[in-house]
Amino acid sequence: MEFVKQYWAPLVCGLAIVAVLPLIVGYVVLVERKIMADMQARLGPMRVGPHGLLQPIADAVKLLIKEDIIPDDADKLVFWLAPVLSVGAALLAIAGLAIGPAFQIAKDVNIGILFVVGVSAMGIFGIVLGGWASNSHYSLIGALRSSAQLVSYETAAGMALVCGLLFAGTLNITSIVEAQRNQGIWFGLLAPVAFFTYLVASIAETNRAPFDLPEAESELVAGYMTEFSGFRWSLYFLAEYTNMIVVASVATTLFLGGWLRPFSETRWLDFIDFLPPLLMAAIGVYCLRRTPKQPARVQQWFMLVVAGLCFALAVVLGAPVLVPMAKPSLAAAVKPFYLGIHGGFWFILKVSAYIYFFMWVRFTLPRYRFDQLMRLGWHFLIPLSIINVVLIGIAMIVGMYYHLNGWLLLLATIPASVIALIIALFILALEQKGQPQKAPGTAPDSYA
Amino acid sequence: MLDQAIFYFFAGVAVLSAILTVTRRNVVHSAIFLITALLATAGIFLELRAEFLFIVQIILYVGGIMVLFVFVIMLVNLDVAVRQLQFARQKWVGLLISLALAAQVGLMLWSSRKMPGQGMRVLNAVPADKLPPNSEEVAKSLFSSYLLPFEIASVLLLVAMIGAVVMAKKRT
Amino acid sequence: MTGMAGNTITGTGEKQQTLLGADELILNMGPQHPSTHGVLRVKLKLDGERVIASECMIGYLHRGVEKIAEHRSYQQFAPYVDRMDYVAAVSNGLGYCEAIEKLLMVEAPPRARVIRTILTELQRIASHLLWLGTHALDIGALTPLFYCFREREEILKIFEKYCGARLTTHAFRIGGLQYEAYDTLEKDVERFCQAFEPRIKDYEDLLTQNRIWLGRTKGVGILKAADAIALGATGPVLRASGVKWDIRKAMPYAAYDQYKFEIPVGTTGDTYDRYMVRMEEMRQSRLICLQAIENIPTGPIMARVGKVLKPPPGEVYHSIEAPKGELGYYVISDGTVQPYRVRIRPPSFVNLQSFDHMVKGHLVADVVAIIGTLDIVLGEVDR
Repeated sequence: MEFVKQYWAPLVCGLAIVAVLPLIVGYVVLVERKIMADMQARLGPMRVGPHGLLQPIADAVKLLIKEDIIPDDADKLVFWLAPVLSVGAALLAIAGLAIGPAFQIAKDVNIGILFVVGVSAMGIFGIVLGGWASNSHYSLIGALRSSAQLVSYETAAGMALVCGLLFAGTLNITSIVEAQRNQGIWFGLLAPVAFFTYLVASIAETNRAPFDLPEAESELVAGYMTEFSGFRWSLYFLAEYTNMIVVASVATTLFLGGWLRPFSETRWLDFIDFLPPLLMAAIGVYCLRRTPKQPARVQQWFMLVVAGLCFALAVVLGAPVLVPMAKPSLAAAVKPFYLGIHGGFWFILKVSAYIYFFMWVRFTLPRYRFDQLMRLGWHFLIPLSIINVVLIGIAMIVGMYYHLNGWLLLLATIPASVIALIIALFILALEQKGQPQKAPGTAPDSYA
Repeated sequence: MLDQAIFYFFAGVAVLSAILTVTRRNVVHSAIFLITALLATAGIFLELRAEFLFIVQIILYVGGIMVLFVFVIMLVNLDVAVRQLQFARQKWVGLLISLALAAQVGLMLWSSRKMPGQGMRVLNAVPADKLPPNSEEVAKSLFSSYLLPFEIASVLLLVAMIGAVVMAKKRT
Repeated sequence: MTGMAGNTITGTGEKQQTLLGADELILNMGPQHPSTHGVLRVKLKLDGERVIASECMIGYLHRGVEKIAEHRSYQQFAPYVDRMDYVAAVSNGLGYCEAIEKLLMVEAPPRARVIRTILTELQRIASHLLWLGTHALDIGALTPLFYCFREREEILKIFEKYCGARLTTHAFRIGGLQYEAYDTLEKDVERFCQAFEPRIKDYEDLLTQNRIWLGRTKGVGILKAADAIALGATGPVLRASGVKWDIRKAMPYAAYDQYKFEIPVGTTGDTYDRYMVRMEEMRQSRLICLQAIENIPTGPIMARVGKVLKPPPGEVYHSIEAPKGELGYYVISDGTVQPYRVRIRPPSFVNLQSFDHMVKGHLVADVVAIIGTLDIVLGEVDR
């Protein structure tokens, strides 16, 4: 059929994503636990599989065979629907993302970024309906608080994205990365305040610490996830980590240059192209050196396998760079492979760095109280992002007038960002002076 | 062919969801079916190659307005409303009026002897990737030919927001 | 137990109309809760998000320790006191042994007193470390807990080498010590103290200037000095409110009069001040340990007390500065081998009284911080 011939690739990719992404997300959870352990001076999961590598599989099996408990008075339809909505929105958003110039499920969608942001905003319903379906007063309050937090920070995140889009001039994901390549500078450097705002807002969007009060375990109001157990709970968990990946991908695409190598247009820095294969080779060598030091036989075999994989990856990454050097005639044929493979590597590296930052912040900072959280969003981030849009717009007009391109545009945008930051801090200080935000708790001194 | 199939699918979902919205007893179920109806409408927009409207429908209508609807539904004590059977008395009047409206529409269609839109320029003559990008066209027209209505609409929204904030503050 | 305004608080999650027509909600933080540090039940009367009244219901861990004391001999009862404040067992034992020694009118020899001081100060550090870890965890900082437990592990290893147990140590005996200090005790303590100073700096780096920590703890749970004295609060709770009172300086016991150390005092009496006071106390305890191990006097470790202890009839009240406050023992002897009455004044029990006063007007999210900052151990509160 005509339809199948045209659309078989996205269909297959879509199915592959739905099948494979839960596994990937499971391993992201394992990575988080290992990083948490590293920051807390311990080792993390080590028992299940060598170095805990089979832990996600064990967790998945356990969650699947767990008893499915539905509260008595809960609304069956909504109880079933809520986690499905969350996961559906998150997975659909993945469809709009591009890992490399050729790896995109929904190719060349004109509204790329907006599609991703809009669809992932649908996940809010999953939270609200989940809290309601639990038929518990406290779950409902927790769900409403969580969605209020999401909606508030979505505005700030959207405005920050608008700043980046001002430079890009288009919503199409491939065109945005092309624009960063043409300008020779990443938009995160051009608009650092916007990048910072998006960073903070995205931590709040995904309900991660320090903004995770609605789902914290030590708080009184049990979060919206309480009544969901087993597979339903794992769907929510999957949705949360997929949202993290989506948000990191959006930030990478718009602010960190997507799949571009740092300094992709300067020819004399082309030796950076050797960095990926050298990095993988170095990791492989490190694994080889640690092999004799492993306590158990199976862990030694495992280290050897990992080293082999790293070397294979190094070869795959090195080939598109070495082949044109050896035989210049093949340069044009190899180029798409180079773009695809190296692009994929840089993109995944940047997304991983962003997610590592999320985890780092989670294990370092305590939690914000809910009113402090909302105050931060409404009184600081939203004014900051709106003022930033206005000032960056003015900076762009100045840049166009004086023909500032690429790195020279920094001369216009950096002052704009600094002024925006100062104005926002000023607004915050004024507001804090206006309301003495404290001492709600001094009861009358009955013993004086 | 594909266009028609997609259109009829989304249109059917929209009509079905709309019917379910008004016939459910449970308010949250109504809200969910309203969301489905809005999503189906967005699908129809997408099928008509209006991708900007599609995503704006989702972001604003579903992601903004329906979220607020659902908030209010969950915060307001609805036990009282549920206990009273509210549309028992108006069933027959409603049926009468809808029949009258349907008769009017049928009369219009019959008198013109064609379906709405028949004979107009067909959209799928132009392949989708040759169309100018939707968002830019909308933006260009909003800032050139439709500038005045745009500004008036934004002022209206600003006034509404300020009014809401003032009214909320007055109570506390 | 009657609640506030003369009405008994009823049920959980019931809405009641007050006279003004506002909706009140009664929220129960049940005995099983991750943040109540034990089996504490707290009933909160909420107006929306604010707490207007609260009621603590205790007794879930009551084991009848004081009644048991009447049917055990003095030495047999000594392991029971470890189980009260199970986080800081050594200081419980110190208070009890010194109380009975007062009753018997004997004094532990100097060597025993110095070793007792060293172990008690190490126990103070361990108790404060556990407090810091769990308090930070309640407020959301996940990492300090593991760092604190890493330090606490070193201290518990020293205890294990000394008396064989980590938690419920029964380290001291009536009249002195049973075990001689093991060979490397001084070296172990010195090594711990040297490693500890940069670690305290680590905790301070993570928390003290952290804007989120300040936002969650400054101004939360204020207890003014006059209120603190009237409510009978002792320990870091009292000192953070600005009252400079420490039993180690006011009525010295063990070997405390031989060492120089400071008493940290706070100003406003909020959660942040209590945090700073306890951090500084850890530093001072470390200094005491370093001074003590410099010269531990030689000599006997046990005074001459008989095998069967029959104190002359009389009564004694002896209190020490436990990590959580003033831990007092009121012992009445009737001349037999078993005491007539042992009444224990637990610091956490009396400090918990100020909970209602401190939590009024705060948000629900602050309740957890306030329970944590009081540093209560339910084993002590309930006995």
